[in-house]
Amino acid sequence: MKITNQVVEKHGLKTEEYSSIKKLLKREPNLLELGIFSAMWNEHCSYKSSRKHLKNLPTKGKQVIQGPGENAGVIDIGDDDAIVFKIESHNHPSYIEPYQGAATGVGGILRDVFTMGARPIALLNSIHFGSPDHFKTKSLLNGVVSGIGGYGNCIGIPTVAGETKFNSTYNENILVNAMAVGHAKKDKIFYSKAKGLNKSVVYVGSKTGRDGIHGASMASAEFDENSEEKKPTVQVGDPFTEKLLMEACLELMKDNSIISIQDMGAAGLTSSSVEMASKGELGIEIHLDKVPCREENMTPYEMMLSESQERMLIILEDGKEKHAKEIFKKWDLDFVVIGKTTDTNKLILKYNNIIEGEIPINALASKAPIYDRKWIKKKLTKSKVDIKKLKKIKIEDALIKILSSANHSNKKWITNQYDQMVMCDTAQKSGSDAAIIRIHGKEKAIAVSVDSSANYCKAHPITGGKQIVCENWRNLISVGARPIAITNCLNFGNPENPEIMGEFAECLLGIKESCEFLNYPVVSGNVSFYNGTNKKNISPTPVIGGIGLISKFKKPINHQFKKNNSTILLIGKTFGHLEQSVFLEEIYSISDGQPPEINLVNEKNNGENILEIIKNNLVNSVHDVSNGGLIIALAEMSMGSNYGVKINKPKKLTNLLKYFFGEDQSRYVLEVDKNNLGKVEKILKNNNIFYENIGSTQKDYFEIQGELKIDIKELYKINDRWYNNY
Amino acid sequence: MNSSVIVFPGSNCDRDIAVALEKMQFKNQMVWHKETKLPKSDLIVVPGGFSYGDYLRSGAIAGKSLIINEVIRAANDGCLVLGICNGFQILTETGLLKGVLLRNQNLKFINKDINIKVINNDTKFSNKYKKDQVLKINIAHNEGNYFTNPDHLKELNNENLIAFRYCDENGVVNKDSNPNGSLENIAGIFNSKKNILGMMPHPERMVDNLISNTDAVNLFSSLLN
Repeated sequence: MKITNQVVEKHGLKTEEYSSIKKLLKREPNLLELGIFSAMWNEHCSYKSSRKHLKNLPTKGKQVIQGPGENAGVIDIGDDDAIVFKIESHNHPSYIEPYQGAATGVGGILRDVFTMGARPIALLNSIHFGSPDHFKTKSLLNGVVSGIGGYGNCIGIPTVAGETKFNSTYNENILVNAMAVGHAKKDKIFYSKAKGLNKSVVYVGSKTGRDGIHGASMASAEFDENSEEKKPTVQVGDPFTEKLLMEACLELMKDNSIISIQDMGAAGLTSSSVEMASKGELGIEIHLDKVPCREENMTPYEMMLSESQERMLIILEDGKEKHAKEIFKKWDLDFVVIGKTTDTNKLILKYNNIIEGEIPINALASKAPIYDRKWIKKKLTKSKVDIKKLKKIKIEDALIKILSSANHSNKKWITNQYDQMVMCDTAQKSGSDAAIIRIHGKEKAIAVSVDSSANYCKAHPITGGKQIVCENWRNLISVGARPIAITNCLNFGNPENPEIMGEFAECLLGIKESCEFLNYPVVSGNVSFYNGTNKKNISPTPVIGGIGLISKFKKPINHQFKKNNSTILLIGKTFGHLEQSVFLEEIYSISDGQPPEINLVNEKNNGENILEIIKNNLVNSVHDVSNGGLIIALAEMSMGSNYGVKINKPKKLTNLLKYFFGEDQSRYVLEVDKNNLGKVEKILKNNNIFYENIGSTQKDYFEIQGELKIDIKELYKINDRWYNNY
Repeated sequence: MNSSVIVFPGSNCDRDIAVALEKMQFKNQMVWHKETKLPKSDLIVVPGGFSYGDYLRSGAIAGKSLIINEVIRAANDGCLVLGICNGFQILTETGLLKGVLLRNQNLKFINKDINIKVINNDTKFSNKYKKDQVLKINIAHNEGNYFTNPDHLKELNNENLIAFRYCDENGVVNKDSNPNGSLENIAGIFNSKKNILGMMPHPERMVDNLISNTDAVNLFSSLLN
C-alpha cells in the first residue's frame, strides 16, 4: 500500500509530522510503521501539547516513592506499606459506546495499578454528562453507570466514591474518568523499565483481537457527525479475564521472576513494548507470528495497533519461564515468549522471520514531537451580580429547588449499582466527603476523594485550578485524614485553539500553586484533549483524585449529625460570594462573574487545625462547605441522620441569601458536644481561626430562625427524588 | 470446626469469608476449583463472586466444575454447606437447592444494606438467633430474585425451610421491603434436611463494627454451637 497524503491524514498525523518521520527513518515508512508512529505520536500517548506545562507541577515530596512517568504514582504510608494510584480518562470511547467505554476505562486503570505490584483496593470515578434534557443523556448515564459497575463488581474491587455532574457543555462529549487505588509492599514495587540483553519478552493474558484498533488516535481527535462510525475503535472489556490476569500477576510478583512489566493499554502492544525498551535504553524484537490471536489472518498492522484488553507484557529473569508459565496456566491464561530485548535500540517486528517493521526506539519516544502551543490568557469578566435586582425568592424555595435538582440530588441510584463493600475494608462509602478504606489487617486507613469544578475553571482557570485542589484537600480533612498526594485527569478541548490551550495552562498554574502551598504533590495523571464536537469545546474540567492517611483508625468520622443539642460551629469567614454559585445557576441560570477567591494561608491553617480537632476526638461530625454554600452543607448533614438544626439569623451579613448560599472557600461546619466546646474554641482561638457559633442540632427539624422549618425526612425525600423519576 | 471455602477463578468474596471464618475461630482452608478431593470439613462454603465470569447464567458453569461433584457428595452425606450470593446461585444450579435466582426486578445490580428476618431459628445455621429477629445485612447482586414452582413454595413454607425473608427495619415483610422482587421476600432457604443454606445477603460483611455491624456473627457462632 502506498503512503499517500490521505493515508497519513487518516492516521491523524500532520504533514510536518510525516516529514519528521521520514527524516528520522531516513526513508518512507511502510504502513505498519506509519501505524506505529500514529499510535505513539498521538496526543493521548505522547502528551505532545501538555508536556511543557505538566513539568511545572510539583511532583516530589517526603512520601513520594514514584511520581509521574510510570504506570501509576506510588506513595509511602508508613511501615512497609505503599499506596499506588492513578486516574485516567475514557471519555471518547464512552461517548461512542457507553457500557464498554466505561467498563474498559475501569479495566485499564486497574491494570495500571496492579502492574506495579499493588492489589487494587478501591475504585473511584468522576463522570460528567450533558444536560438531562438532551436526548442522549439518559442512555449515556445508564450505559456508563452499568459499565463501571459491571467491571468493578465482577472483578471484586469496591467502587467507593465518585462524582456525577450534568451540564450542557458535555452534551456532545461526556467525561468518564476512572481512578484506581492499590496497596503494595514498599519494597515490592514493579516498574516498566527493561533491563538486560536477550531477556525473554512474554505476552500474557487475553488473546489479541481486532477491537480497539486506533483507539488512542480516535481519542486524540474531535468528534464530528460521523463519530458513530468510530464504534469499532472501542475496546470490549472482559472483567473475568482481568481478574485472572490480576491474580496471576500478583502471584508471579511474590518472588523475583519479573524484571519489568507493562500493561497493554492505549496503543496496545506498540506502546507497551516501546515504553519498556525506551526506559531501559534497549532494543526489542518481537515475533508477531507468536502473538496469540483471537481471530484468523490478523495482520502485523492489526496486531500492533489492537487495543484488546486484559493483556500484559513481561520481561522475565533468565530461567524463570517455566515457573511463570505454570502460574499463568493455573489461571488458564495465554503465556507466550514473543520476543527478546536487544542492543539495537530499535523496535524490530518480524513475521515468520521476515522483518516487517524496523524503527529506532527514540524516534517513537524521546524524539516524538513536543509542541509549545500558542495560548492566551482568559479574558475575565468583571460583572457582579446584584442580588437585590433579581426576582425575589424565599430561602426555603431556593433550598428545595437545589436539593431536588439533577446535580445536587442524592446519588444512591448510581452508587447502589456499585459493590462498595466487597473486600470488607470499606469503612465509609460514597455520599460522604471522602470514602475511607482500611488497609487490610492493619490499624491504618486511607481516605479517597475525586473532585472537579468546571464552572469555576471556565470563569477563572487559575482560581478554578487552585480551588479544586483545595476542595479535594478539604474533603480528606473532613474525614480526619492527612492529605498526602494527588493524581489528576485533565479534560480539556482542542489544544490547537489558543483559548483552550490558555485554559489548560492557567488551570495548571492554579493547581501548581495550591499543590505547592499545601505540600500536596501530583504523582500521576492523564491528559485528555480534544473533548468537543465540531469545534465546540467542553468547559475546562480538571479532575483531582486525592489520597489521605489516617494512621490510627478507630472509627470513621463523617458529615451526618450524631446527637441532639450539640453546638454547630462554622469555621472560616463568610463574605456571601454568589458569582458562579450553584444558587445563581440553579435558580436564575446566571453564570456570570468570578468564582470565590482562595486564601491559601487560611486554607492550610483551617484544615490543619480541624485535623487536630478530629484527632483529639472533639467533634461528632464534620462537613466542608462547598457547592451550594452553608445551607446545602447543613442540609446534607441533616438528611439521613435523625437530627436537624436550629440556626440563628446571622449577626453581620444582612442579606440572608448571600449568607446561606454564598460559596466562600476554606469553610467547614463542625458539630461539637457542649462539653467539648471549650477545648475546640481554644484550639481555634490559639490558631487565629475565624469561627461562628451558628446554632445547635435538634430532633427531626431543619430550621432557620424565623425563615423556615422543614421535617428532615421530608428534606430527604425531596433530595432522593430526581434520579428515581428520571 | 473445620471449614473449606471453594475458590473459583472469579470468586471475589473468598478472602472475605475466610477472614470472617478465621475471626470466628474456624479452622479454614481454601479449595481450588480444579481439585478433585475435599479436605475433611464440617462446613463447606461456596462464596460470592462471579465464579467463571457468569457470562452464561450465574453459576451455570460452576455447577459443572470439577470440585462441585465433591461438594454434592459431601452435602448428600450430611456435611453443612453454606452458599452465599453466587454460592447460592451455584447451589441451585447443582440441584442441591431447588428454585432459581432470576435477575433483579429492576434489572440492575443492587448493593445496599437491607433488613432480613430470621424465619427458622431451629437449625444448625440459625440457633443463636431469636425467631423473627431482624438483621441489617448487605446485599450485592444482579440475580437475587428467587423463584420456584408452587409445589416447592408450599414445601418451603410447610416444612419451615425458609431461612430469611427481606423486611423493613421493624420486621414488616411486604413489597416495599423487597429489594429484588424475590418470591414471598425470600432471602435464603434450606434444603429439606436443613444441612444446606443458600442466601443472597453477605454474612461475611457483617462481623466487624468498624466496617459495618456484627449482625451476622451469630450465624457463625450457631454453626460452632
